[in-house]
Amino acid sequence: MKAVGQNIPHDSAVGHVTGEALYVDDLPPTQGEVLVDAIASPIAHGKLLGNNFDELRELPGIVGLYTVSDLPGHNRFGVIIPDECFLPEDVVEYVGQPIAVVAAENRRALRKAKQLAKLEIEELPPVFTIEEAIAARQFIGPTRTIQCGDFEAAWNEAEHRLEGVFHCNGQEQFYLESQAALVWPNEEGQILIHSSTQNPTEIQQVVAEALGLNFHDVISVCKRMGGGFGGKETQAAIPAVMAALVVRHTGRSARVAYTKDDDMRSTGKRHPFKIFYKAAFTAEGRITGVEFDLYSNGGAAADLSTSIMERALLHSDNAYHLPNACFRGTVCKTNLPPNTAFRGFGGPQGMANIENVVQEIAITLGRDAYEIRRLNCYDHGLRNTTPYGQVVQHHILPEILDRLEETSNYQERLQEIETFNRTSATELRGLALTPVKFGISFTTRFLNQGNALVNLYKDGTVQVSTGGTEMGQGLNTKIRQVVADELGIGYEQVRVMITSTEKNNNASPTAASAGTDLNGMAAANACRAIRERLAEFAAQHLSDAENGCAAESSCIHFGDGRVWDERRPNASIAFAELVKLAYLERISLGERGFYRTPGVDFNRDTGQGHPFFYYTTGAAVSEVRLDRFTGHLTLERADLLMDIGESINPGIDLGQTIGGFIQGVGWVTNEELRYSNKGDLLSYSPTTYKIPNIQDIPDTFRVDYLQNPNHQVNVRRSKAIGEPPLMLCLSVWMAVKHALSCVKPGAIPKLRLPATGEKILRCLTELDGSTSRTEEEIPLIAPSPLTTEPEPKRAAA
Amino acid sequence: MNRTHVTCMINDDETEFLCDNDESLLDALRDEVGLTGAKEGCGTGDCGACSIILNGQLICACLAFAPEANGGTIETVEGMADGDRLHPLQTSFLEEASLQCGVCTPGFLMAAKALLENNPDPTETEVRYAIAGNLCRCTGYDKIVRAVLGAAAQMRKNPIEGARP
Repeated sequence: MKAVGQNIPHDSAVGHVTGEALYVDDLPPTQGEVLVDAIASPIAHGKLLGNNFDELRELPGIVGLYTVSDLPGHNRFGVIIPDECFLPEDVVEYVGQPIAVVAAENRRALRKAKQLAKLEIEELPPVFTIEEAIAARQFIGPTRTIQCGDFEAAWNEAEHRLEGVFHCNGQEQFYLESQAALVWPNEEGQILIHSSTQNPTEIQQVVAEALGLNFHDVISVCKRMGGGFGGKETQAAIPAVMAALVVRHTGRSARVAYTKDDDMRSTGKRHPFKIFYKAAFTAEGRITGVEFDLYSNGGAAADLSTSIMERALLHSDNAYHLPNACFRGTVCKTNLPPNTAFRGFGGPQGMANIENVVQEIAITLGRDAYEIRRLNCYDHGLRNTTPYGQVVQHHILPEILDRLEETSNYQERLQEIETFNRTSATELRGLALTPVKFGISFTTRFLNQGNALVNLYKDGTVQVSTGGTEMGQGLNTKIRQVVADELGIGYEQVRVMITSTEKNNNASPTAASAGTDLNGMAAANACRAIRERLAEFAAQHLSDAENGCAAESSCIHFGDGRVWDERRPNASIAFAELVKLAYLERISLGERGFYRTPGVDFNRDTGQGHPFFYYTTGAAVSEVRLDRFTGHLTLERADLLMDIGESINPGIDLGQTIGGFIQGVGWVTNEELRYSNKGDLLSYSPTTYKIPNIQDIPDTFRVDYLQNPNHQVNVRRSKAIGEPPLMLCLSVWMAVKHALSCVKPGAIPKLRLPATGEKILRCLTELDGSTSRTEEEIPLIAPSPLTTEPEPKRAAA
Repeated sequence: MNRTHVTCMINDDETEFLCDNDESLLDALRDEVGLTGAKEGCGTGDCGACSIILNGQLICACLAFAPEANGGTIETVEGMADGDRLHPLQTSFLEEASLQCGVCTPGFLMAAKALLENNPDPTETEVRYAIAGNLCRCTGYDKIVRAVLGAAAQMRKNPIEGARP
């Protein structure tokens, strides 16, 4: 029986339910291990003047305390722009930035050192918001543009015009396992790092550079992560370097495991965006042109911000044909922790903006938003070229929308809801159907490669290792399924081994939803090479030349743990037996497979090209209920429909679909990052930062998939599933806007993202005509007194 | 400094360990006893990843002091299976694919076990209420609810030997 397509439990499922699956901080301590933590900046922007580190070094239980001068290698890192310091030289740039690394014998000493640390920091004027950064002209990288047609002409000739400003807040990844690293000294100055990272190759490189080692002196491994969601794509680097630095100085193994509070305070999040939009459209609702000016809050260093902006630009069309479009994107530099990858990687922000525009077009025209969405949706043959020049092919977007409209009873429910809203004084209900079209591939061409190592043992069992990392998404399970089928053996005969730079070098991060695509194909390629060698040998072994059956490897088949010649199927041999014989005949039983995604190419300078191998698409209908007196939001029902190709593992894909959607629902509803006017995150634990819990799941929740016979590419004709479902959450945000738009027909509710109860209530009050303070008057971050008061202050913290 | 000697039953084994007076029960289980199934998700009692059963009561081990366990009885995820035979809740979590990254799983299992011991036939609402103190960032919860309801049905059909009535 084939393994692909089966509902096989997660590769580590038994370990997870028994508690035997080990995460970095579960690994038992080795002799002499020390615990490591950071002394972090309490100031968002300031000059380091002095400290009491010499006193701290004398505290009982303290093994060492290290600053930038103790770093043997170089201090700058950053995958795109090397503008970040492991440890600051003289200026701190965000609250929570590690200033010194402290190593101790036990937790108590570590806590003590952190408590007693005295830092003298001269405060410099900070910049926290996009508005402040624009005023100060503080940007990261150049402004990027993608355009097609002639927006100006479309605007001038437009029947209708709309303009406004879209705002969205950031989002904390909230992986349950915080950042962690465990580093062991090896012989001759080499080190071994266990890191909770989506990118072991990057950990290897940054640690080598920080310690002044060659890459081959560092082994970086990751067995599994307790969630990543993008937050461990680049930001596992600082904790890994902290522990490695201690190993380098003490020769003892070193462990760092952030507390959730420290993790939330000091690491980057999904980028807040502010987008100035203009849209031209016909009376019928057809969009003739758009102009979007995107600004993101990048935080204190580049990190992945420019790439994230690129993906935001490339998803500013979502599923809509825009004949004349101009998208411009600029990353702002501020004094917040460097913002980073989070499931969707800019896609959600770009797509939220255009969904908002479409909803406002509908309100302006007094029409239902779904009509406008369906009218502008990418079609087949015509009206299917994106603003960046890639043609949307082999898709079933219109079919998905039509099917979902029908299966969710959209039209009937819409009538019923609008009637309800006209009569109810206490509640409002809203309904929205929104599409998702998400491009699959790294937009940076060279990252679209993967390698895998497949080793066969003499009993016919297999170990496979890839550069991909397991963070719960089910990559390892899918790899096992693909390898089992390629070799025609049972799933149980295959094991996926720990991810290590020792076996899989120069791997790309497990990101961009492409983990299975890249690593699954690389593993399949390795299996095919082994199978070819085995087939040649089996052909000899199974031939019967006397009876006219000469050795012919193309006649050899592998399946159900056996190998046979199609001309003599009864003379089959067990796979394990064949492997043993092949070994005796000195045939190589291992292979490194390689894969690069064909065809992807995008020119950043022109903003044109073919950045994506294919698109994963879907749509969702969400129904919400709002309390008119409190603004309380309830998600009552959600119907999701996606095209995910041929699923390798339906159970895992269902988990990714539901989990992604609910994570997105958190972003658009309750998850609100609040900072003090000093740039210190106030909502730094689940006490104050509300991620969805079981009570936020709709009572009626339907998930389905639509077959797409046109999708013929990719590993086993599957599609990437990691990120796309998250953006189905926009249906919830739009349903809220729909509900609010029923208060005063024709008036556009100025709803921000997330739509918290407070914001909904504020919108309701505004629409009811009372004089409430608007969002513009109450920004998320109160303007710092320091920005209006240039005189620098001294603060001892 | 002086360390406190604690004796308690952990998963039916009499266990002794030394701990600091201000050490959390979670840290003691993980660092002194070597049971790492319970995880520190938040350290503030909000996420439920460290859920264990102490003296029949579902608690967040990060909020209890280790010496409080003295003379008590502790159940952790490591004690759920009977040798190689998984508890019906564990099997149900596997079958329903109710786990992804796995860090929250031990806490959900303990919360569900505590529920089913007191209420073998819960409604969906009761299941939701019982696991409302546990956060999961991966699954979206839906399949966890299915798994708990499935296990409850299974256990009503085939009660576990030696289980409390």
